[in-house]
Amino acid sequence: MNHSFLQDALIYLGAAILFVPIAKRLGMGSVLGYLLAGIAIGPFFLGLVGGEGKDLMHFAEFGVVLMLFLIGLELEPAHFWEMRRLILGSGAAQMGFTTLLFFALFIQIGFDWRAALAVGFALSMSSTAIVLQTLREKGLAQTQSGKSAFAVLLFQDISVIPILAVLPLLAIATAKATEGEPITFIGGLPGWAQTLALLCAVGVVILSGRFVIVPFLRFIARIHLRELLTASALFIVMAAAYLMELVGLSPALGTFLAGVVLANSEYRHELESDIEPFKGILLGLFFISVGASINFALILDRPLMIIALLGGVIAIKSAVLLLTGTLTRLKFDQNLLFTFSLAQVGEFAFVLFSFMHQLHIVSAQWTDTLMGVTAISMTATPLLLLINERLILPRFGTPERVEKAADAIDLQHPVILAGFGPFGSTVGRFLRANGIEATILDNDSDRVDMLRKMGFKVFYGDATRVDILKAAGADQAKILIAAIGSPEINKELVDKAQQLFPHLEIMVRAENRFDAYEFMDMGLKDIYRETLDTSVRLGIDVLFKLGFRRYSATRAGQNFIKYDEAAMRQLVTHRHDESIYIFNVKEQIRLEEQLLTNDREADPTLNDHAWDSDRFVKPSTDGPAK
Amino acid sequence: MMDHSSQILILFAHPRFEMSRINRALLNMVRQLPGVTLHDLYERYPDFNIDIEREKQLLVAHRVIVWQHPFYMYGAPALLKQWIDLVLEYGWAHGRDGDFLKDKIVFNALTSGGTREVYSPGGYNRFTVREFLVPFEQTATLCKMVYLPPFAVQGTHLLTEAQLAFHASLYRTLLARLSQGDFRIDTMRRFPFLNDWLLHEPGAQTS
Repeated sequence: MNHSFLQDALIYLGAAILFVPIAKRLGMGSVLGYLLAGIAIGPFFLGLVGGEGKDLMHFAEFGVVLMLFLIGLELEPAHFWEMRRLILGSGAAQMGFTTLLFFALFIQIGFDWRAALAVGFALSMSSTAIVLQTLREKGLAQTQSGKSAFAVLLFQDISVIPILAVLPLLAIATAKATEGEPITFIGGLPGWAQTLALLCAVGVVILSGRFVIVPFLRFIARIHLRELLTASALFIVMAAAYLMELVGLSPALGTFLAGVVLANSEYRHELESDIEPFKGILLGLFFISVGASINFALILDRPLMIIALLGGVIAIKSAVLLLTGTLTRLKFDQNLLFTFSLAQVGEFAFVLFSFMHQLHIVSAQWTDTLMGVTAISMTATPLLLLINERLILPRFGTPERVEKAADAIDLQHPVILAGFGPFGSTVGRFLRANGIEATILDNDSDRVDMLRKMGFKVFYGDATRVDILKAAGADQAKILIAAIGSPEINKELVDKAQQLFPHLEIMVRAENRFDAYEFMDMGLKDIYRETLDTSVRLGIDVLFKLGFRRYSATRAGQNFIKYDEAAMRQLVTHRHDESIYIFNVKEQIRLEEQLLTNDREADPTLNDHAWDSDRFVKPSTDGPAK
Repeated sequence: MMDHSSQILILFAHPRFEMSRINRALLNMVRQLPGVTLHDLYERYPDFNIDIEREKQLLVAHRVIVWQHPFYMYGAPALLKQWIDLVLEYGWAHGRDGDFLKDKIVFNALTSGGTREVYSPGGYNRFTVREFLVPFEQTATLCKMVYLPPFAVQGTHLLTEAQLAFHASLYRTLLARLSQGDFRIDTMRRFPFLNDWLLHEPGAQTS
């Protein structure tokens, strides 16, 4: 096939646009949508893309590279230190046991011990890309299982560095090690030298991050050209990736390291907002190419073997994960979620397998087979999670519905409260204190169990699912409070509720001003910014401590809130369309600047001359001083 | 939002409206009257943060102002006092150039638990209602307004449903006559309460 670049781009983007919304609509999540799109356009079905699927995968792996850079950026050392026990404990347990079991399995199959060990390492990896994306989409990233999953993934991602360093040593004994063409410039070196070179490269990334990149960014930032900063961000990521590739290390690890090094710099948020859109689209492409690269011919050739391997791999990984979850004292449903979300083999396995192939640790056919198993297991993850969510948890975990006591009671719940985090719980407690029992929706099973014990009427599950909303009584309720922590999910909920339950009055929590703008665009009136009242209250207390009378300070605060909400309604029309990206920090700063300028022009406390007797300049005869 | 044909502005101040039978009865009767604007102060300003500009606009747009409130500790609830303190500004309502309210009619429509008899020199409360209302009267005078005797429903705890309905319809007649111009100020001022005037001079229309 002789496709032009434009044609290919059209096919990939078109497939994504077609499949992802369908998958989302069916509640399967975007990752599965991308994978299905890949399978559909791949050589086996429509054949729209052919042999170049592998090439594209190399290109799209850059999405994984960018993702790891962002993960690195989010990993402030302090945060990392906080999680150290979880990361080391559950991470080491998972990697250790899984590798050991696969090692034993592949020895049984007849592998050399070195090959078995290498394959064991590769198969113990899980997919950071899929898991994080899926958990974030479902709003589960902050639950116990979400945190444990993140810890395990982090441990795996970091341990790829030593594994890649060790692999050449495993190849030494294999006589054919240097037979192939050296791909990297150190490829011809003996194993120990390769290992040394890797460690040097890691050192270079860490040192240059600290002493070169941050001053460089400072210089760029002073020029005040937005695109230049974006270019620099991409340059840093690519440079780190290139350096790692040069020494035969995974580019993803290089950028991960670069991210960690830059996590403490003042440019962290800037970099994050610049890279985020690229990451999203490239990660999508990566998932498509994984789908496209599944070799269905091979599967049809040896279906039983592939199925057996796939089943075995998932079974072994799940068993170890379940054990790890139990050891870290996850509750049963959280543990199931943790297990199923991490049961696939991850994208780093592709890197490791191709590296092993280059080193001739594993044969070409086995490499193909194992890569196939990896790709299928990744495709299976969203399905496994779906099965867990729809079939297993309702039966064994925290039930989605509560036992219905009597229909009469249902009618007395005119309020549905979605999201019982710190924000929603305060709303719920206040309502309860005034005799209003809201029906609560939440997707953290630990919290749901606790609330049910306290006698709350709680529905467990994804509040954006129509059946759960129906079960919670959205048909009869009067008010829906959308108080979910993740702004994206909250928006999705509002959107669904507006379409399906138009009679509901929707009152919504907005994380900040920019969130609120979007809700205003959606036609909502009752929007509550979670920080507005609190910060004004703090400001009032500052005035008090500086000697203002409490009542005057409080009045000033009340007027400020009024003024601020009016200013918001005015500014909503002035913002750019591109501010749809929440991460667009630049746009946020621009709006903030506009707001501050307005403040200067219209002093909200200027017209308050209540009880002001200064205006009786000349003592008047016609009235008492006020 | 504002009706330009409006005549009567009821400034209603009751912190516990949901508990008050008599005020519910009174307001239900007059709510739908043409030319009457009901302004529920506690509903509008639960934070006591009165929007002065808006209040001035309302005052300008009406000819008759009613301070409707329960009689608390011989006066009006705090928010109505707050309203008087803030809205009736020097230079606008009184003082130099302060004649925006000139010749507008104003009176109190109040409800009290005690009967008319306990508000008398020989009674438990020692003073008449009219005496307790002196600050309102002088405020109105200061603002060059025409102050009328109060309309009062007293002994509210003892009222039967029929009596509630009677007082409400009397109130309705009062507002209807005020908006139709069916009254003479000097006659009204001869009575201690507008209730007495209404009973004594049924007027052109009956309701």
